[in-house]
Amino acid sequence: MKQLLTYEWILSTRFMREGIMQTLLIISGVALGVSVIVFISALISGLQTNLFRRTLDYQAQIVIRPPREVARSLRKSDVGLQATLVQPRAQRLRSVDQWQTVSRMLEKMPEVEVVAPVVAGAGFVIRGDANKAVNLTGMEPQSYLRLIALEKQLIAGTARVGPADILIGNELGHDLGVGVGDKLILQTASKASVTLTICGIFDFGNKGINERSVYVALRTAQSLLNLPGGVTTVEVNVEKPFDAELVAQVISAQTGLDVESWIVLNAQFFSALQAQSMSNFIIRFFVGLTAALGIASVLVVSVVQKSREIGILRATGATRNQILRVFLLQGAVMGLLGSLIGSFAGWLFLIAWRGIAINADGTPLFVIEFDPMLFVWAAVGATLVGTLAAVFPARTAAKLDPAVAIRG
Amino acid sequence: MAETQTLRLQGVRKAYGVGTVAEMEVLHGIDLTIQKGEFTALIGPSGSGKSTLLNLIGLLDHPTAGQLFLTGVEATGLDDADLTRLRATAIGFVFQSHNLLPAFTAEENVMLPLLAARGRPDKDMQKRAEGLIEAVGLTPWSSHLTNELSGGQQQRVAIARALIMQPALVLADEPTGNLDTQTADSVFDLLRKINLESRTSFLIVTHDKRLAQRCDRIIELVDGRIASDKVNAVINPE
Ligand SMILES: Nc1ncnc2c1ncn2[C@@H]1O[C@H](COP(=O)(O)OP(=O)(O)O)[C@@H](O)[C@H]1O
Ligand SMILES: [Mg+2]
Repeated sequence: MKQLLTYEWILSTRFMREGIMQTLLIISGVALGVSVIVFISALISGLQTNLFRRTLDYQAQIVIRPPREVARSLRKSDVGLQATLVQPRAQRLRSVDQWQTVSRMLEKMPEVEVVAPVVAGAGFVIRGDANKAVNLTGMEPQSYLRLIALEKQLIAGTARVGPADILIGNELGHDLGVGVGDKLILQTASKASVTLTICGIFDFGNKGINERSVYVALRTAQSLLNLPGGVTTVEVNVEKPFDAELVAQVISAQTGLDVESWIVLNAQFFSALQAQSMSNFIIRFFVGLTAALGIASVLVVSVVQKSREIGILRATGATRNQILRVFLLQGAVMGLLGSLIGSFAGWLFLIAWRGIAINADGTPLFVIEFDPMLFVWAAVGATLVGTLAAVFPARTAAKLDPAVAIRG
Repeated sequence: MAETQTLRLQGVRKAYGVGTVAEMEVLHGIDLTIQKGEFTALIGPSGSGKSTLLNLIGLLDHPTAGQLFLTGVEATGLDDADLTRLRATAIGFVFQSHNLLPAFTAEENVMLPLLAARGRPDKDMQKRAEGLIEAVGLTPWSSHLTNELSGGQQQRVAIARALIMQPALVLADEPTGNLDTQTADSVFDLLRKINLESRTSFLIVTHDKRLAQRCDRIIELVDGRIASDKVNAVINPE
């Protein structure tokens, strides 16, 4: 602590105290800007996490399918120009070739977190007279539940489906008037049908999914969809979700299969993320610029007001560098104090906001994600901005000709 | 002897606005030597170049020609850091007015040069400042901010500050110019007392003939030249 008490520190704190009104005004200005940054950042990162979670909670990061069946022209193409109408082929339900080998290969990749074989297709659930179309997903709970946060969304029962179990959404349960332990008939287009017991009910917070998605054991789906031993997709999560597209390309190159990442499937989501990050950046930039201009203008005025004092300090042994540091320090201190006060104010504001912005049912209107590192970065950033803003006035002060400054 | 020579100027010239249409030489070749312990008055009409000469001697400004030796060290060609160091150790300044930093107390103002040199405050520097504040008779005022002090008291603080680095030469540019006669006398007495006790050399610009007559030596500057340089016959009779 004593080590900090230098000539430069003593002078700069005295100078700031001497012009306490200007100092306080500029610190409040910086604080206001920082509190806005803290608040907006928390809001935006909350929004992003929320969006991210909603997307990845019911979607695998990488989906591997059999190669698409393409329609080919039968005629030779070297006969010159031909007008051929090529219609895309309708895609049948097919299995991924040698999916066990593919799965084993994927599991060995260091980027891969979990691999889950999935059989998906269309079907109906029947309960008495009621009859509903559903998307049925067959899966192995030990892998699939690590892929998708099904268990987190569970509102009743268990997600560990056995061969005679089915997992349904709350909307579907509501429509059919069934709950955990009740039985349903599941039927597919191939007229295969089986009676299953509801083992659990989920709520993804998405009406479409809650109404149409059902989950059964892999083998059950295989026999219902007439794909014995086969799977329609192999689904993968990677360690770093944002690397999914890179990994997908590697897998595609190695297997020749049709591989899609969530990044490609959710292009809109990413452009929304980018737009938010951009607006966040713009806000930070302009707040930083405003703070810098404020600090710089206060210091420029201070240097002019103090030019005789600076001359006297130089006459009594202060070096140019000492004078330079006296003013740089003032910028740094104003930035730092402003950011500390601003962070605190922003934090209070967030807490208040949490209390005010709630839905009728008491859940928060916006999820607010709060990263304590933001305080650290705000402090570092504001100190840096303050110091940079002080460069011009500090250099002016250091370059003052003492003879001229003292003569006045 | 070099070591008894506080200051030596050889052919020092100073022009302002060099290279512009307004170029004007203010000092036209000054030769001057001040011995250790000398108490010298610098007089001359307004605009004759007294302040300019003091600024050159105090290393606040650079001569356009000539050589300057302070305590035997040649100042010509030194860079800013070396000039600052030489200035800090060899020279003490007292200006006509507004010498002090209003954000600091009297004692802190006195400490500032030593603090600049050492970088951090310490007990010794505080003791020395206290001692000097006592020597200039301001002990009861030592922790007052300087704008609570009278003009004469402020000049005393400036004198104490000029002495804290134990300089070889104190340069005072009309130190009593803003004071009434009685206060001027007592401030002048203080300078003289310090000079006699510490053998510090003084070069004092003054308009006051009466005060000049109380110095060992009187140098008169007219139009940038030394018009006369006399040992004061009044106090140093043959
Ligand atoms: N920074 C400067 N630029 C231009 N001219 C100056 C400057 N300082 C002083 N002068 C001129 O130099 C001359 C001497 O000034 P100065 O040394 O202040 O005289 P004195 O102190 O004897 O009154 C004056 O004519 C003054 O106008
Ligand atoms: Mg003058």
